[in-house]
Amino acid sequence: MAETRKIALTVNGRRHEVEVETRYTLADFLRQQLGLTGTHLGCEQGVCGACTVLLDGQSARSCLMLAVQAHGHEITTVEGLAPSSTGLHPLQEAFRDHYGLQCGFCTPGVLLTLVEFLRDNPDPTEQEVRVALSGNLCRCTGYAGIVAAALDAAKRLQGGARG
Amino acid sequence: MADAKAHTVIGSSVPRLEDAALLTGQGRYVDDIRLPGMLHAAFVRSPHAHAAIRGIDKSGALALAGVRSVLTLEDLRPWLRNERLVVGLPSPSYRQERNRPALAGTEVVHVGEPVAIVIADDRYLAEDAVARVAVDYEPLPAVADCRAALAPGAAPVHSDAPHNLLAEFAMGYGDVDGAFTAAPHVFRESLWLHRGGGHSIECRGTVAVHDPLEDKLTLWSSTQMPHALLRVLVDMLGRDESRLRVVSPDLGGGFGPKLVSYSEDVVTCLAALVTGRPVKWIEDRREHFISATQERDQYWEVEIAVDADARILGVRGSFIHDHGAYTARGVNLGTNSAETVTLPYEVPAYRMSVRLALTNKVPVTPVRGAGHPQGTFAMERLLDRVARELALDRAEVRRRNLIPAARMPYTKQLKTRGGMQVVLDSGDYPRCQAQACERAGWDGFRARQEAARREGRHIGIGLANFVKGTGRGPFEGVTVRVGPSGRILVYSGATAMGQSTRTMLAQVVAEQLGGDLSNITVTTGDTDGIPLGIGGSNSRQTVTAGSSAHLAARKVRQKAIKVASLLLKASEQDLEIVGGEVRVRGAPDMKIGLGRVAHAVAGTPGYTLPGEVEPGMEATEYFVVDEMAYANGSAVAEVEVDVETGGVRILRYVIAHDCGRILHPAIVDGQIFGGAAHGIGNALYEWMGFDDDAQPVTTNLGEYLLVTATEMPPVEIIHLESPSPLNPLGVKGVGECGVVPAPAAIVSAVEDALAPFGVRLAQAPVSPAQLYALIAGARAGIRAR
Amino acid sequence: MKPPPFSYHDPRTVADAVALLGRVENAKLLAGGQSLMPMLNMRYVQPDHVIDLNGIAGLAGVREAGDALEIGALTRQRDLEFSGLVRRRCPLMHEAILQVGHRQTRNRGTLGGSLCHLDPAAELVAVAAALDATVGVAGPGGRRELPFAAFPAGYMTPALAPDEMVTDVRFPLWPAGHGHAFVEFSRRHGDFAVVSAAALLEADRSGRITRVSLTIGGAGPAPFRARDVERALVGSAGSAPLFHEACESLRSIDATGDVHAPASYRQQLAVTLASRALKKAHSRISA
Repeated sequence: MAETRKIALTVNGRRHEVEVETRYTLADFLRQQLGLTGTHLGCEQGVCGACTVLLDGQSARSCLMLAVQAHGHEITTVEGLAPSSTGLHPLQEAFRDHYGLQCGFCTPGVLLTLVEFLRDNPDPTEQEVRVALSGNLCRCTGYAGIVAAALDAAKRLQGGARG
Repeated sequence: MADAKAHTVIGSSVPRLEDAALLTGQGRYVDDIRLPGMLHAAFVRSPHAHAAIRGIDKSGALALAGVRSVLTLEDLRPWLRNERLVVGLPSPSYRQERNRPALAGTEVVHVGEPVAIVIADDRYLAEDAVARVAVDYEPLPAVADCRAALAPGAAPVHSDAPHNLLAEFAMGYGDVDGAFTAAPHVFRESLWLHRGGGHSIECRGTVAVHDPLEDKLTLWSSTQMPHALLRVLVDMLGRDESRLRVVSPDLGGGFGPKLVSYSEDVVTCLAALVTGRPVKWIEDRREHFISATQERDQYWEVEIAVDADARILGVRGSFIHDHGAYTARGVNLGTNSAETVTLPYEVPAYRMSVRLALTNKVPVTPVRGAGHPQGTFAMERLLDRVARELALDRAEVRRRNLIPAARMPYTKQLKTRGGMQVVLDSGDYPRCQAQACERAGWDGFRARQEAARREGRHIGIGLANFVKGTGRGPFEGVTVRVGPSGRILVYSGATAMGQSTRTMLAQVVAEQLGGDLSNITVTTGDTDGIPLGIGGSNSRQTVTAGSSAHLAARKVRQKAIKVASLLLKASEQDLEIVGGEVRVRGAPDMKIGLGRVAHAVAGTPGYTLPGEVEPGMEATEYFVVDEMAYANGSAVAEVEVDVETGGVRILRYVIAHDCGRILHPAIVDGQIFGGAAHGIGNALYEWMGFDDDAQPVTTNLGEYLLVTATEMPPVEIIHLESPSPLNPLGVKGVGECGVVPAPAAIVSAVEDALAPFGVRLAQAPVSPAQLYALIAGARAGIRAR
Repeated sequence: MKPPPFSYHDPRTVADAVALLGRVENAKLLAGGQSLMPMLNMRYVQPDHVIDLNGIAGLAGVREAGDALEIGALTRQRDLEFSGLVRRRCPLMHEAILQVGHRQTRNRGTLGGSLCHLDPAAELVAVAAALDATVGVAGPGGRRELPFAAFPAGYMTPALAPDEMVTDVRFPLWPAGHGHAFVEFSRRHGDFAVVSAAALLEADRSGRITRVSLTIGGAGPAPFRARDVERALVGSAGSAPLFHEACESLRSIDATGDVHAPASYRQQLAVTLASRALKKAHSRISA
């Protein structure tokens, strides 16, 4: 029988008390057990960044964490970004307006990386944005739309848009 | 006639239909599909590049809790009418047929070839079980190099093959040998071109479910070509198309490898039939490296003959192309590379001989660019050589040979794979080059280079032109239908993989039917949505599906106006469609919703249809186009080389390109930026390595390098628009164009930076270690003199 | 690519962790997970036991202790990056840490994890060698300390018994005003270094070099302290041509050749980067 543990954690503001297999990754737990499929798997070796979530507000690769390690912590996924079912986070708006996505597969990981980055660096240069993005692979956009969206989002967030 | 809202949709950068869901994590990719009772699959794959299979022992795997089934080819045979995927594009050039089996039977011919499928309660258990399937392999000699494969006495890639030549052909025109004999100057280059994998961030995947009530098998697949996959399933499973459905859900990128129909798709279907449960298989990245198709090596021997003024008299040569172990698509990469060499230039005589070699490696099929970067590279290297030998500026040599705009449309004495004459339909190549060079500061570069050299820095500039056939026919159908709800429904066999297909189709339809994209639902990539389809490849869908959408929408528009004129008792000329309504121009209260118009032609029992029109508000168009629409461009790269480390930094990248009429400027930009990233990868980073035993050695994204945001240079795009006369929209494809010139321009720039050392570059990609070795060798040579 | 089955443990104290290591066989310690999890996912390692150290209190933190920094093994790389203490007193580590992976990996990855993984190209491994760090180890017999030069037992193998774990690392500090530089060549931003060079210099008031530390990472299986070059430079005035000439001897260090680069290339990088690092460190010496 598979070894399991009971864990309690908060995901997108909602508390969960669940039993998980100890070898299950956090990414698979979010996707399979909680049905939050917005977090994507691109490599499962910690390079592509598609699985990036926020752990207590800090970006982390969810494919490189065991689900049990999230016990007692707060996770934010892309599903937790928009302030309401009809509104969008300023970053999401900026991505829409600057065509920062094409196939959308890397996008959730990129968004969460940028949430942390813009919170800690509210007025970045383009080069700083590129360095911040260097842990997220995108095969569609050549990063141009992503960088433009990030710089615009920085302005929106500074302008008081609620992030 | 023009509507109030017309012309604000096509040509403008409207918001994408795709974004709302994708931005909020509500996309539905194949791994997001969860069905009740679903089981999970993993494949047992060959660890050997070539081996005989003596036996397969499943007992260890089946003993694990949660493992439902382990299936081999023998288990699948009762369900298969045909054991092999017969997919090769027709060609007289094949010398042998090598089709993939559903699962390997008695022999495996590449690392990663699927041998058995394990079906379990979850993927973790399936992987545990895969490790317990004991396959008794007897290793056989493996062929790792396509040149060695064709050498006399080479070990056979397939043990029953008399040789490893998969196909051979030649193409050309004119008296090429005569041209060379008489030429004042002949220069020869030996080139190694290497391209790697597609590496969409989403790997492949399949969910198959059999509905026993309707005996219908539905397959959600990350395929770029659902209709092609359906035909493969019809062929192999012996079911007719009414009992099969293939759907491409959201795709996390495609780039070529996903256009192939794979064994895994077929076998996952069969697993669903055998177990009676839905089965999901999701490829992981390591599997993508060893079992998804890729491009690989070409070895070229090519020469150019020019007169005293650097005008081309002829080009001739040959290349060997690594085809891999099976035919998963056709000989198209070979034909693409050979066909594209001369396209931008006036070349009076041409001959290229091509041999495709089998190797014990994963099959080779198109990756974004599809052979065109290689052919372009060959020509551009030759022209750089001419310039150097004749002490002429590289841009000037090209200027003297580019096809002038006045000669368009220009007939090349070549035929496409389907036998179509190659006719360059439109484009101003010299102007394109001039604009790229001007923006890049080509003329002033020598002074900048000198100044940098005085500071001990080595910068260089390179230029490459390309022409690429796009819009491969014969068609991509579109149905446009307005139902009683008034909503406009669009269906197409086109497949979306990130290139904004649904937005493109919605824009084209909206232009005719009210201008409001939010009133349009587009369904792509579903064999139940439209009976005939081809799918995404060759930068074809805007030309083919866009044109079909235009014609179908126009038909629906004409009918809507006709019926509305009867219902409103107004003259057709006075009517316009705005938003969801047909209304009288200047009298906005005289209007009728599209839904009501549709209702009027839906039929009421016993009553004639208004105006004796055909029933329904629907049109399906399969716009047929056989000739290709040729896009073109010119790229200029500026680089800096650190001669002590071999490190290359791209300082600036300028590309002037022409994809005909631009439907959505931001989306086109995105395609060029994205293509440039692939091209930069092919120039400096992406190398799919194998060892001498044909074992893949770069099997993770830490060793196979995709460019990140910090490696991308500033990219400047200049748009030219030479409409194509070949389709009603005047468009050409753009999806692959950004890739094509990049390796040539960048390698040319690196060579230019290293001119003081006399380093010659004859390959792409080029790595820092390789560059350093060339620099060190050149320095030693200089010192020795 | 899913992890194989294992028994999961999350001890609350070092003593419990050590006891566990003594009791079970085929165990792996889980710290930041940035090295172990990829190996588990790819099934390159198949431990029967995974011992998660993240619940052990007191294993993280940066402390000044005399002329040294004492850093807990479980200190996140992120915390090293943002530590004012590290930036002021150990600028070599600060410069190196900015080149370690990416934000996401530094948020989780730890000092101890990196050192125990002992990837030849890892920046923190080179820094530990450059600073002559001392590794604090807990085992069934209590605590022992190990100079970092003795820490690598072989390729990616620390000199630790199966029932031992690293608890802290002590970095002796160079005096204020010293020159430092961490220079690496990598294919892309954040990638492991192909080769790195870490240089530390001290000079007297007349500008004569009094002390040198020069470490090459990534060339061979463990960091290489270029002691011959260090000795050659002590007493000199220090200049670019001098550094260049002294580093030329690094062309013959032990270097790995593989599919990505021949040994001669790594040797070339060692020569070039060492020279550049020395030059940079020299320019940073302040009164």
